[in-house]
Amino acid sequence: MSTATYAGAVVEVDAEGFLADPAQWTEEMAHEIAAQNGLGELTDRHWQVINFMRDSYLKTGAAPSIRTLGKVSGVPIKELYQLFPKGPAKLAAKIAGIPKPRGCI
Amino acid sequence: MSDRIVILGGGTGGTLAANRLRRHYGETAEIVVVDRDDRHLYQPGLLFVPFGMTTPERIVRPRGKQLHDGINFRIAEVDRVTTAENTVYLSDGTALEYDVLVIASGASLLPGETEGLTGAGWGEKTHTFYTLAGATALAEALERFDGGRLVVNMVDMPIKCPVAPLEFSFLADWYFQRRGIRDRVEITYVTSMDGAFTKAVCNRVLSGMLDGKRVNVVTEFNTGEVDGVGGRLISYDEREIPFDLLVAIPLHGGAEYIGRSPGLGDDLNFVETDIHTLQAKAAPNVFAIGDATNLPSSKAGSVTHFEGETLVANIAHLLNGETLEGTYDGHANCFIESGFHKALLIDFSYELEPVPGRYPEPHVGPLPLLKESRLNHLGKLAFEPLYWHVLLPGHDMPGIGAQMSTRGKQLEAIGQGDRQ
Repeated sequence: MSTATYAGAVVEVDAEGFLADPAQWTEEMAHEIAAQNGLGELTDRHWQVINFMRDSYLKTGAAPSIRTLGKVSGVPIKELYQLFPKGPAKLAAKIAGIPKPRGCI
Repeated sequence: MSDRIVILGGGTGGTLAANRLRRHYGETAEIVVVDRDDRHLYQPGLLFVPFGMTTPERIVRPRGKQLHDGINFRIAEVDRVTTAENTVYLSDGTALEYDVLVIASGASLLPGETEGLTGAGWGEKTHTFYTLAGATALAEALERFDGGRLVVNMVDMPIKCPVAPLEFSFLADWYFQRRGIRDRVEITYVTSMDGAFTKAVCNRVLSGMLDGKRVNVVTEFNTGEVDGVGGRLISYDEREIPFDLLVAIPLHGGAEYIGRSPGLGDDLNFVETDIHTLQAKAAPNVFAIGDATNLPSSKAGSVTHFEGETLVANIAHLLNGETLEGTYDGHANCFIESGFHKALLIDFSYELEPVPGRYPEPHVGPLPLLKESRLNHLGKLAFEPLYWHVLLPGHDMPGIGAQMSTRGKQLEAIGQGDRQ
């Protein structure tokens, strides 16, 4: 495990920059992680996804897949790609301060 | 009065659970297995059907015949489960009460969830080998195929046997070489994941093999639409991949009745299940086994087999008023057929990803782990009779424990930061 500094706090992260402990996350960090990954200002729609990711991770212990996001988060998959380009589930997880979604193998 | 254990599903999980429970309880429990039909499909065989390496007749047997005497087998559709009433409602209106319920209804294919996949071109230009009918139609399509772009697309996890799409790509390479037209066929493996395999060490090995067999790999491709006439895969972020023949592994979900049963499933209809005890979250006297669960393990026959021991022990604990044991560790092992009479073997768990080594006996093997060998291919072939005669009757495989062992495994292969 290495560490990174977000919003003035030192946090543990994995090799790809995902927070190891979701409890260390703050909203300020979300803005900074988003900016580092090429996203601009976070809108309400972004926050709807970020909050959904955090809630389901804290409830189930697993990050939701893109399919679950599209079905249950209230944001359709097409829009998820506009909000979080390339890999919405992965990028939203990173910004939400939860571990990387694992394909179940 | 004896306890009644109702098992929904007469596939791998339901059959081995029923047979293990029957051996444990004899006449002292009533065991009922419900399935919608009497055709038990040896699912690993589906991979071989498109290449003419097995036939549909060889891999289907009656479900009832796989169940020990004394087990009550019923052919019926399930409408819903009401855990608050300890009752399964069948579609014909029958109410089936239980003391313990085991859900073993597997995973279903949901090709309709991907726009266009089952539209024009389905069964002609677009196929799947994940059903018997699909694998049979694909065999004919491959025979007719004499060159062009073959695309294998894993739409999204979770899927049954996550290595099967890779095996299909390996076997396709071999198949076209044997036909002498490999140079005229471009094979592309398209996956929603960020690598050929999710775990680092194994991903390196499998990616190298795909490369060696000239299979192109496209990762992080989330298929949003299939144009079965024009021959295009279109991703949600509007990338396109052209094909002349598509082999799709469609989205999977749990059985439909799970969605009609309050509190039982997640949003994909997989049963919310404790990952170590196999008890459903919905009620203490409900358990799940095999592909029907939402466990973060592979959806594979080996997983189901290794879960069997924990399942039966915990049903006994529950009926005796004892504490359940959290003994299932995510253990899975899979042969990965790679063509040319060779295969790899991987053995892993929730905690430990696949690494090189020897199996099942440390240093002796005889099977090498995460390495191509002829012996592993023979192992894969030998598994078919073991499935019918050892696994389904609910016996342990000789020399192979339900819990994963780290003995004989090269743990040092896991790089810093790779460990899950």
